[in-house]
This record gives sequence, C-alpha cells and structure tokens, in this order.
Amino acid sequence: MLRLDTNKNKPDFSSTEIRDPLNRVHIDVSQQPKIRVRNLDFYYDENQTLKKINMDIYEKKVTAIIGPSGCGKSTFIRILNRMSDFAASSKVRGEISLERRDIFDPEFSPVELRKRVGMVFQKPNPFPKSIFENIAYGLRINGVKNSHEIEQRAVKSLKRAALYEEVKDRLKESALSLSGGQQQRLCIARCIAIEPEVILFDEPCASLDPISTAKIEELILELKKYYTIVIVTHNMQQALRVSDYTAFFLMGELIEFNETKKVFENPSDKRTEDYITGRFG
Amino acid sequence: MKGKGEKFREKLIEYILFALSLSAIIFLAGIVLTLLKEAAPAFRDTGFLNMIVSKDWYPTYEPPDFGMLPLIAGSFMVTAIALMVSVPLGLCSAVYISELAGKKEKILLKPFIELLSSIPSVVYGFWGIVFLAPAIQRHFDLSSGYCALTAGIVLGIMSSPIIASLSEDALNCVPRSFKEASFAMGADRLETLINVTIPAAASGIITSIILGTGRIIGETMVVLMLSGGAAIITLSPMEPVRPMTSAIAAEMGEAAFQTPHYHSLFAIAIILFIITFILNMAAEKLAGKYRLKLGSHR
Repeated sequence: MLRLDTNKNKPDFSSTEIRDPLNRVHIDVSQQPKIRVRNLDFYYDENQTLKKINMDIYEKKVTAIIGPSGCGKSTFIRILNRMSDFAASSKVRGEISLERRDIFDPEFSPVELRKRVGMVFQKPNPFPKSIFENIAYGLRINGVKNSHEIEQRAVKSLKRAALYEEVKDRLKESALSLSGGQQQRLCIARCIAIEPEVILFDEPCASLDPISTAKIEELILELKKYYTIVIVTHNMQQALRVSDYTAFFLMGELIEFNETKKVFENPSDKRTEDYITGRFG
Repeated sequence: MKGKGEKFREKLIEYILFALSLSAIIFLAGIVLTLLKEAAPAFRDTGFLNMIVSKDWYPTYEPPDFGMLPLIAGSFMVTAIALMVSVPLGLCSAVYISELAGKKEKILLKPFIELLSSIPSVVYGFWGIVFLAPAIQRHFDLSSGYCALTAGIVLGIMSSPIIASLSEDALNCVPRSFKEASFAMGADRLETLINVTIPAAASGIITSIILGTGRIIGETMVVLMLSGGAAIITLSPMEPVRPMTSAIAAEMGEAAFQTPHYHSLFAIAIILFIITFILNMAAEKLAGKYRLKLGSHR
C-alpha cells in the first residue's frame, strides 16, 4: 500500500473543524476520541473506494458501520489496523490517529499497531491447531514466554469470550472440531488474549445461525466494558442492538455518523432513511 | 434430432477411449506379471529373505552370490544424500516463490525451475562426470570422484524441482484467512510463515518429499554414471556404491538369458517396485488427508 502524502506536515490534531453544512456527521468535540479519522481517501488501482471520510471512534463504545455491499465499510475497518497494506496496488491518503499517534507514521510499525487494534473476521478462521494453541500462539509472538502465564491468560480470555465452560475439558482438541459459533468465539478469545485496546469486527455473524449470533452480540455488549469496538454489519437490527454510534456508508462516502438512536430514529439524510427502512440495499 | 448414425459414432468413440484408458491397467498388470514370473526362480532358489539380508553380491563368481543388501544399502545411501540436498533446496525455493516473491520474481524463477526438471538425466550424469566428480575427487583427495556423495548431490539437484513445485502448490493452497488471522494478531511475516503457513501445508510438503524420494530411488542413469558401482556395504559417502537400479542396468546386458543371475536381476526390480509402490501409496494417502483438513476452509 502506498501512502499519498498531500500534507507533508504532521497531522494537526487540534483541527476539529469539518465542512459539513448539513450536520450529518456529528463529531463530539468535547470528547477525546480513541481513533480519529480525517479526510481519508482510499484507492484500489484507479478506483476511489473511500472518499473524504471524517469520523471519530470513541473509547469503550461500540461503533457500528452499516451500508450496502461494496460501500467501502470493510475496506474502512481494514485500514484501521492496516490489514489493507496487503492489498496490492492500493493507495491511501488522509489521516488516522490512534490516541493522537499517526498510524501511518513510519516509526509506528503495522505489527505494533495490530497488537493494539485486533480484528475478528467475517468467517471464523481458527488455525488448524488445538483450541489452546490458537490462543497461546498470539501470546507467544507477543513475547509471553512463561507457560504458566500463557495458560492463565488463555483461560481468562476464554472465560471472557464466554467459551470456557464449553471447551474446558477439550482444550487439546482441534479448533476445527468446534461449531461455527464456538469457532468465532475462539477467534474473539484469541484476539482479546493479547489485550488490544480496540477490536474490529468485520461482519462477525455473517456465517452464523441466529442463536450463535445472539451469543456474539451479548458478548460484544460485555466486551464494551474493556475495549473500544468497531463492528461492520449488514444487519441493521444488530447495529441497533449493540452499538452506541452508527456510521452509514454509501458508495465510499460517509453519509451519516451519529449516536445510533439518532441515526435510526431521526436520520438527517434521506438516503440513510431509505436504507434503514429497507427501501434499498 | 441426432441421426442414428451419429449416435452410434459417438458411442463408438466413447468405447474406444474407454478401452484405451483401460490400457494403463493392462500394461501395469503385464509388467508386474512379467517381473513376478522372471523373478520367481530367484526367490525359489535363494529365498526371499535370504536374498534381501545376505551381504554378498557376486553374481559372476562360481558359485555365485546373490545377496541384495549392498545394493539396497547403496540405494538408501544415495537417496539419503540426495534428500539432504533436495529438501532444503526445494523447500526454500517453494517458500520464496509462494510467500515472498513479487510478481516479477515469480515470472523469472518458475520457468527456470521447470526447465531444471526437464533436463534429461543423462545430461545431469554427464555434468557429474565432467564437473562434480573431479571436483569432489580433488577436494576430498580421493582416488576416484565416483562415489555415493557425487551421485547423491546430482540426484538431489535433479529432484529439487519436484519438491519445489509440489510444495509451492501446497503453500498456495493455505487459505488466506489463516495468514490474515496471524497478521491481525501482530505476527510478522516470518512468524506467520513458520507457525501458520508451513504447518498448514505440512502434509502437502511431506507428500512432495515422498514423491521426490520415489523419483530419486528409481533414477538409473545418474547412479549408473556416477555412483562408482562397487557392491559393498559402507557408511562412508566417499565410497563407491552400487544402487539397485544401476545394478540392473549394468548387468542385464551381460547376464545370460534364464540364468540365476538373470532371474535375480528381476528380483531386484521387484524389490524396487515394492518400495516405490509403498512411497506412492503413502503420498496419495497423505494428499487425501490434507485436502480433507483444509477443505472446509477454501
């Protein structure tokens, strides 16, 4: 991924002014955001898939990203932990800061960023290793050597991911023997074991049945106590149930961003209203 | 509507193709039967076990000795040396091409690896005679450069493309989601490669090594030209050896038709056939298991 630097200066964190005459993007100036996104553009080859995104992600809140397929919502959260680096011939322009630190700063390595901003993917993707090893791996690469500590932290994160009771007798079995919903909770456990500050969920329930989905949603509400959460979802009811803030993306643009209640009850933009009432998408 | 004639023609073509595809089975059966028939007298006279475990191969002495152990040992020694060369060479190129190389490097490297596998074995043998054998003779101060080491190195280079291309396929089949999961947890490329990608491709990689071994053990021309040809049991790679294939190739022309010597050469062929058959079965089995393991994740 290439970064186009239009502004050679360091990002100016004091500027909060955003041109938004309709006040569709509500940014709370009084709050210090966990992640601040300013004028973010993203290109695949020559196609611009994100246009001038401005938004704040607040600490220990759940921010939902909604929008129809291809609107750029997955692209957006993949930039937040720089998984987008792996996309060939892509370019990014603009600023993103994690607690006032520019994530594109050459001195801020993507490896370090990803330890602080974890990710749970659309399809459960446990490693073809044992349940325990799935969690231990992340701890080991993060420098935890003591096997007693690894065990303790693995158990703690399995408990926090509400999976421990179901798997405590078979930690040595293959993770692939778990059901889809259990696999996804294992992926969450694996992610929180390394104690990130932010967790990105990329449509975590897309391949799960309603019961597993309900469990994951419950879990997200619980995890909110400890982590800042961003969740991409196709399911508007889900966004309404779990999130504090909602951002509506359409064709690479951020159409509306506000408290979830406001977005769903009294959207500022006609397109948001059309989308959430099911008129398209 | 198709005419009756046309229908008949189509059926006929189908039957002809079916018969031709059956020919593989017929040829295999024919070869096995011939081998068994010609080897039977040797096994009857000397005994199967006796033949495998006795240490003397002097087929032209009076009385002759048909102990295959030195030949089997020679094959294993050469194969082991070849694997020491081909496994690191093949695996490293596979890992580089599949995980690290950019598009340009891939386009440059892949044809060369394929070219390496298309060179006739006699050319490899020739290179061994002209270049490697004298070099090894000089370097280790040997009386002759034709030894297990020379043959093994050449066989290793020769079989590395098989291991490289099959391992590369296996690495390419590792779902991207595994690697993504690893990167998302803050692993770097090396950690991901060692802990996630290679283990996930392990059975495919092992399959490639087994198939490479089959190729090495059955290769004739290179060992005939380079291994030195002495039917002795040794642990030193600097000694000449006489692997099974080179014994058959070298002696078949001299052995008189239907003599004990002639039959015992067929017996060697049977042993060789059994070894490669087992290797192929093992590879097939592992490959199946591997597909099963990753299947749900494609």
